Amino acid sequence: MERRTIFGHQLLPLALVAPQFLLTLIFFLWPACQAVWSSLTRQDPFGLHSQFAGFDNFIELFTDPLYLDSVGRTAFFMTAVSLVSMSLALFLAVFADREIRGRAIYRTLLIWPYAIAPAMAAVLWILLLQPRIGLIGVWLNRNGVAWDYHLNGTQAMAMIVLACAWKQVSYNFIFFLAGLQSVPRTVLEAARMDGARGWHRFRTITFPLLAPTTFFLLVVNLVYAAFDTFGTIQALTQGGPGKATETLVVKVYRDGVVNLDIGSSSAQSVILMLGVIGLTALQFRFLGRRPPG
Amino acid sequence: MNARRDPVAHAVLLLGVILFVAPLWLVLVASTQDPATIARGDLSLLPGNEGFSAYARVLNGPVPHMLLISLGMALAIAFGKIIISVLSAFAIAFFRFPGRRVAFWLIFITLMLPVEVRIIPTYSVMSDLGLINTFTGLWLPLIASATATLLFRQVFVAIPDELVEAARMDGAGPLRFLWDIVLPVSGANIAALFVILFIYGWNQYLWPLLVATNPRLDTIVIGIVKMIAVETDTDWSAVMATAVLALLPPVVVVVLMQRWFVAGLTEGEK
Repeated sequence: MERRTIFGHQLLPLALVAPQFLLTLIFFLWPACQAVWSSLTRQDPFGLHSQFAGFDNFIELFTDPLYLDSVGRTAFFMTAVSLVSMSLALFLAVFADREIRGRAIYRTLLIWPYAIAPAMAAVLWILLLQPRIGLIGVWLNRNGVAWDYHLNGTQAMAMIVLACAWKQVSYNFIFFLAGLQSVPRTVLEAARMDGARGWHRFRTITFPLLAPTTFFLLVVNLVYAAFDTFGTIQALTQGGPGKATETLVVKVYRDGVVNLDIGSSSAQSVILMLGVIGLTALQFRFLGRRPPG
Repeated sequence: MNARRDPVAHAVLLLGVILFVAPLWLVLVASTQDPATIARGDLSLLPGNEGFSAYARVLNGPVPHMLLISLGMALAIAFGKIIISVLSAFAIAFFRFPGRRVAFWLIFITLMLPVEVRIIPTYSVMSDLGLINTFTGLWLPLIASATATLLFRQVFVAIPDELVEAARMDGAGPLRFLWDIVLPVSGANIAALFVILFIYGWNQYLWPLLVATNPRLDTIVIGIVKMIAVETDTDWSAVMATAVLALLPPVVVVVLMQRWFVAGLTEGEK
């Protein structure tokens, strides 16, 4: 949409966009270009010299079983978090949409976890599942289940999926509830007259009408699981045991910040950028919507 | 449809509420229990006998300073983002100037470059600018925002032309118009965005971890992850008291401003 009436100034608007423009240039575009550049170079271990290496870093990554493992692990993790979080949120939203007493209170109590930092979600889950102090963790171990996500990779993955999905439910709940509330009551009423009820009505009428919301949330959840879960993972498992919970972002951090392998870490960053660009493009292509931030 | 009796809905929602409130309850009661008991694995579901002594302990340590850093960072990010986004959205919506398209697209690109994907190069830019281990470094690079700019642009574009015309007839310049008309009519959007951005700022983890190694700049989230990283001899009641203090501000903001924030979040996406 363009407006007809505008102000005629030329310099003022430039001054107005300048702060945003400069910040974008300095902290977004410049580092991104540097990432692309370093991904094409190789540095000696002391960081003194670097030389152009073409796509060597990328070839190395894609022939490195450890990297491919991390890609597969991340894909699994993203899918699991999105599925668990979205289905639970949709389930709760369907019931919170009903005309019942105290629904405002229910909603508030289901929305508040939006405020929790990913790293703080870890603290909450420690009290439940930490093997020596967590309520459920201790109970499991006293009853003969060897539960310890510091030692068992599968359990560690389950733990971070749970904690990360849990944290995202409130966000999905807000959107599903808004989506449900915008389903025209007349349509539902008509379906009821036709004898469609319960699950059938949900499956044939409500769910298809929620498709745009669901697709939007799917992209948001995949992005969340890929990037925003770093805090939760770092606080719970630091990517371990071994590499059991090392998602791509955790790996970039480990390789770049901890092991100082700039070339490889930059190549990984560039791949992640392409991933985000792909997801964003997908979202615009199908919905014309912006991801939140 | 009977508005009162829907036991299934109540049961489902109650279970949901338990799933989301129980961990919080545990944190609260754990903060009042004896750390040794927790460490033994005897966490109780009821408040302990220690009262607020864990809070007294943590409030005498570095925690108040961490809370202050978090608060400063969250406020700076929220206000910073809102201010620069309002300005640039205003320029894009109400002016035609050379480079308008370019500016729009450059801002748009930031959507695709979350900090997680450019860890190392951003660090080197920060260090070239001398922003490592400074408070400015914690918030300044985070305030460029495509999302907020696009949102405000959408709001501004919906302002009727007649209003602009009327303002011009009255002899109001663009800045006057921004201050007297545009900002007041966008009040609800600004409030909603404030909540979202305050939470975003308060909850940052990777960025402060990256650019501030000086413990004087630890945010509360960083501080708490450091506390739980050592799993031997952890003072768990102190950890939980700190967690309560860390959760309080964002939760209060979300609960008090729930109406605006939910509307802003969902309408903004449409």
